[in-house]
Order: sequence, then structure tokens, then C-alpha cells
Amino acid sequence: MKAPTPLLNSLLGERGTQIFVSVLVITAILVPILHLAFPQSSPLHLSSYTMTLIGKYMTYALLAVAVDLVWGYCGILSLGHAAFFALGGYAMGMYLMRQIGTRGVYADPVLPDFMVFLNWKELPWFWSGFDMFWFAALMVVLVPGVLALIFGWLAFRSRVTGVYLSIITQALTYALMLAFFRNDMGFGGNNGLTDFKDILGFNINAPGTRVALFVASAIALGLGYFACRYITLSRAGRVVQAIRDSESRTRFIGYRVESYKLWVFAFSAVLAGIAGALYVPQVGIINPSEFQPINSIEVVIWVAVGGRGTLYGAVAGAVLVNYAKSYFTAAVPEFWLYALGALFVLVTLFLPQGVVGLADRFVPRRREPEPEAVRA
Amino acid sequence: MNAATLVRHGLQKAFGTGLQSQRPIAPDTTHGTILYLEDVTVSFDGFKALNALTLYVDVGELRCIIGPNGAGKTTMMDVITGKTRPDAGSAWFGQRIDLLTLTEPEIAEVGIGRKFQKPTVFEQHTVLENLELAAAGKKSVWHTLLKPLTGAQRDRIDHVLEIVRLQDRRDHRAGMLSHGQKQWLEIGMLLMQDSQMLLVDEPVAGMTPQEVERTAELLLSLEGQHSVVVVEHDMNFVRSIARKVTVLHEGHVLAEGSMDQVQNDQKVIEVYLGE
Repeated sequence: MKAPTPLLNSLLGERGTQIFVSVLVITAILVPILHLAFPQSSPLHLSSYTMTLIGKYMTYALLAVAVDLVWGYCGILSLGHAAFFALGGYAMGMYLMRQIGTRGVYADPVLPDFMVFLNWKELPWFWSGFDMFWFAALMVVLVPGVLALIFGWLAFRSRVTGVYLSIITQALTYALMLAFFRNDMGFGGNNGLTDFKDILGFNINAPGTRVALFVASAIALGLGYFACRYITLSRAGRVVQAIRDSESRTRFIGYRVESYKLWVFAFSAVLAGIAGALYVPQVGIINPSEFQPINSIEVVIWVAVGGRGTLYGAVAGAVLVNYAKSYFTAAVPEFWLYALGALFVLVTLFLPQGVVGLADRFVPRRREPEPEAVRA
Repeated sequence: MNAATLVRHGLQKAFGTGLQSQRPIAPDTTHGTILYLEDVTVSFDGFKALNALTLYVDVGELRCIIGPNGAGKTTMMDVITGKTRPDAGSAWFGQRIDLLTLTEPEIAEVGIGRKFQKPTVFEQHTVLENLELAAAGKKSVWHTLLKPLTGAQRDRIDHVLEIVRLQDRRDHRAGMLSHGQKQWLEIGMLLMQDSQMLLVDEPVAGMTPQEVERTAELLLSLEGQHSVVVVEHDMNFVRSIARKVTVLHEGHVLAEGSMDQVQNDQKVIEVYLGE
């Protein structure tokens, strides 16, 4: 291993990444200050609504980065990544439910309200342990990761690729949605999990807690981004891109394509789970609609709009499309799905490199750094 | 076998972790022969693409295979590289390695590299990255994720760049190379794999005369260190490099010998050269 400096240089050796890091750091510092330091009467005050919205965008951006890793770099068009996001969210939601304790409507010290309502006498076995944060945090990572490993192992081993793989990932998220809608699954049915009170002993609605969740999202996005960037710059990353461009050729020069795809897919699922776990305490609810097939397709659209195959493009796409969504669904709600569809068609036809590709076209670009620099 | 071993084997099989950690066995060529094909028969819907083909290739030999279309040249390559399984016959790499029991990547690992008719380099990767991808060594996920290339591998890349004369193109995207350069890059990738045996399918198709000449030099320079099997239609090219020529016809060997011998062989003249 070389000294950390060349590694850092190569991780940052790309203009898009530099811009991303600058914006992320400024946002992570400025937004909490504007929220906490200025009184509500001040014009500089940033409302808790806006901060939570930006925090939500950051978890979406992390989800987009995860999808970009499997789709943009490895060529696996997963249309089921929202499922991993939702599973991470549910794991966090279960922890938050158990923190409510006697403050619920039925004031049962152990059972969440919906279980009392369903006349359950004791906690189902899969809810045990979720009263401990470390356990829930572990599940946030493990549940999506292990599901992705099993699913990926079955799919990649049988060499299911292309559109067939996309279809079964849709089936996966759809099946999970149907399962989570059932009351007797024990996850709150169609109401999902909500009415959270505390996280790690802090009131979840207190400004300080909200700021902490916001900063945690920023840090998770930053770490997730650089983990993906490290992977894509490593030799393994070049193998992964080779798989995307010509799977059989890569197999032929001696790489076990299945295990590469499997690990990339599982890692990406873990990132999606972490994003979901940060999303839930900020929006205050998780319900089975998060598993809707359309959600996973939307994520792919974010990445396509931003520019697949560039991690910063995925971030830009997630923020842009979701900002547009926030705007449209407030101004002309019935118009949003048409706008989204039109956006996808237009980007596919005219901007195959996404908006970051467009930016590259207009802003003259320094020559790509010599690959020498990334040979870490 | 206890439970723990069983689980470990299962995991290795599933995720391919353990298998690639040790360098695969080298072929045993103490008898001077590197490839044994004996009575290999392949039929597609009753049509015999290979009909009891028997062929031996010596260590370090440069062998040219010629034959009219449909003679079975490509099918023969497919059998050697594990893409097609024969209906009958045997294929051995050295005296110990039974090619018919190995998968395609395993065959690549034991030391048989193939260059396809159409150049298939990774166009989005640079020349250097293409060679790096092909470099012999551990190819597991964790290894490539965490370990940089070894010094020996870098030296090898520089050496191969020199052999295929692409030093000044090392950081260019492979997609930007000319057709001939792509062919050389692909030969370079075979060299990076440390393949003892190179199967080269129509290397000069679509090349300019200068490129053809350069390719001949390149292949001749490999003779001795590698066993090279070249399938080619271009008779002038074959004449310029061939030591020993095998003529295939309807799935079996029609004649074998020096270029002069096969050119004067009556059967060969009838089916191929006399056309």
C-alpha cells in the first residue's frame, strides 16, 4: 500500500468529485448554522422543513450512488433497489418503534400500538433485539446485504442478465411490497411504522436531533460516495467496468464474473439500506409504499438524468429530479408523472451522458488526469 | 468431511473465493508435446464439424492451420478453449491436464489464450488497462480491490507494450486504436496472461500490408517461448511465417508438413490450393 496522500489525490482527481465534495461540505456546515443560529424571524433562518428536505435529498443521493455503482459501472440494471432502501428503513423504523415505550396510544411498554390493536400478546421473534440501537444498525446493513447476496447468487449464477434481471428485481420489490402490506407480517401493514418519539434517547423532533440526523446523512453520503469512488478506481473497478462492456470476454481472461457482480450488488444494497435508515427518522414514517416498483424505476431515472457512470452525476440527478418533484407535486400534482416520463425519454434521446455530460460539453474540460495517478 | 469444511467448500463454490488463490498447475510437457487432440468429433445437427480430428502441437512451435471454409478450424479452437464440448475424443494440454473437464476461465488459467477473429479489446479502457486486466495473477474480487499490481506485473506490462509496439499509445482508449493496433493489443493481452499456448484466429484479416508484415514479425518473435497456433486464410502470410502447416478438410487433417510439402500434396491441391 502506498502512502495515503496519492490515494487521496486519485480519489479527488476529478473535477466533478471536487465540486461534489465542496458542495457537500458547505451544505453540511451552512445548513445547520442557518437553522440553529438564526431566530425564526430572521430572513437568514432556514426552516426545519427545508433542512429535512435537503437531508432527504441526501439520502436519495446515496441511493442513487448505490444504483449508479451497479448500473453505471457494472451494467446491472437493478429495478429493485428501492426495496433495499425500504428494508434499511424498516430496520431503523423498528428500532424507533421500540423506543416509543409507554408513550403509545395503548401505553403498552413492549408492544407497538399496531400489535396491541391486532390483539397480539407478545412481540414476534423478529422484533427482538430491535430495542438496541447497535442491533438495529447491524440489521440495517445485514438485511439488505444478505438478501442481495442470496438474490444475486441465484440470479448471477444462472447467468440471468439484461432485461430479465431487471424484471426479476421488479418482482422482488413487488413481492416485498405485497408481503409488507399484510397485517399479519408484523410490520404494521399498510400504515407502516410511524409516530416515532426518540432516537438514542434524544427527542426526534428537537432541532438538535434534526441537525444531527442531517449531518449524519451528509457524512453517510460522503463516505458512501468515496467508498464507491475507491471501488471504481481500483483494479476491481476496472474489472467491473470490463464486465459491463463485455461480460464473456472478461470471463475469458480468467475473472469469475459472477462473484464480482455479486459483491458489487451486495455492497450497493448495503448502501441503499443505510440511505433508507437515515431517511426514515427524518421523514418520520416508513410504509410498504416505499416498495412500490415505480420507486425503483424513479431511482434509475435520477441516475440517467444525472449521468450514469459518473458518481457525481448520480448525486446531481437525484437532487435535481427530486427538487423538480417537490416543486411539481406542490404546484401541479397531476402533472408530475408525465413530467417524469417526458424527462426520461428526453434524457435517453438527447442526453445519453445526462446533465453532467451536458455540462462537460459546454465547459471546456481539462484533459483527463493521466491514469498513472490512479494506479493506487 | 466435517460440517465446517463442507460449509467452506460450499462458500468457495458459491462465491469463488478460494479457488483462484493458488496459481493453477502448469502443463506437464516433458514429452515435448503441449497439445494432444485425439479422435475429436463434434457434430451439429448431424453435420460433423470435426470428424475424428487428431492433431499434436509441440512446445514452442509456431503452427499454421489452413483449410477451406467449414473445414472445422474455428470449431477446433472452440473445443480447445472449452466453448464447445466434443461428442467423442480427447483433448489434453500437456500430459496431465484434461481440457474436457475444465471450464473456459479455468482453461485460460492453465495457460491457453485465444485471440478471436474480430478484435475484442475493452474499448472504454486504455491500452494500459487492457493489459492490466489480462495480467496473470490472482483475480479474486478482494485481491483486485485491495492490492496494486506487483512490480513484476508492471515490468511485464512495459515489456509487452514494447513487443506489440504500443508504448506511445499506453494511455489512449483502446477504442481509438486502428484495427491492426487492436489486433496487436489483443495479442499483447494473451502475452500478459502468460499463456503458454496462443490460439490466434485470422490475425491479419483487414490489415494493411505494413501491418501484415509487422504481425508476421510479432508472431515469429514469439516462437520458442510460446506455442502458437495460427488459423489464417491469407496464403502469403502463412508462407511468410509457417514452419509447419496443417491442412484441415471436412473436419479432419488432410495433410501436414512444411509449406512446400503441403503445396505439392495432390489431395491438398484438389480441395484447396488448386482452386
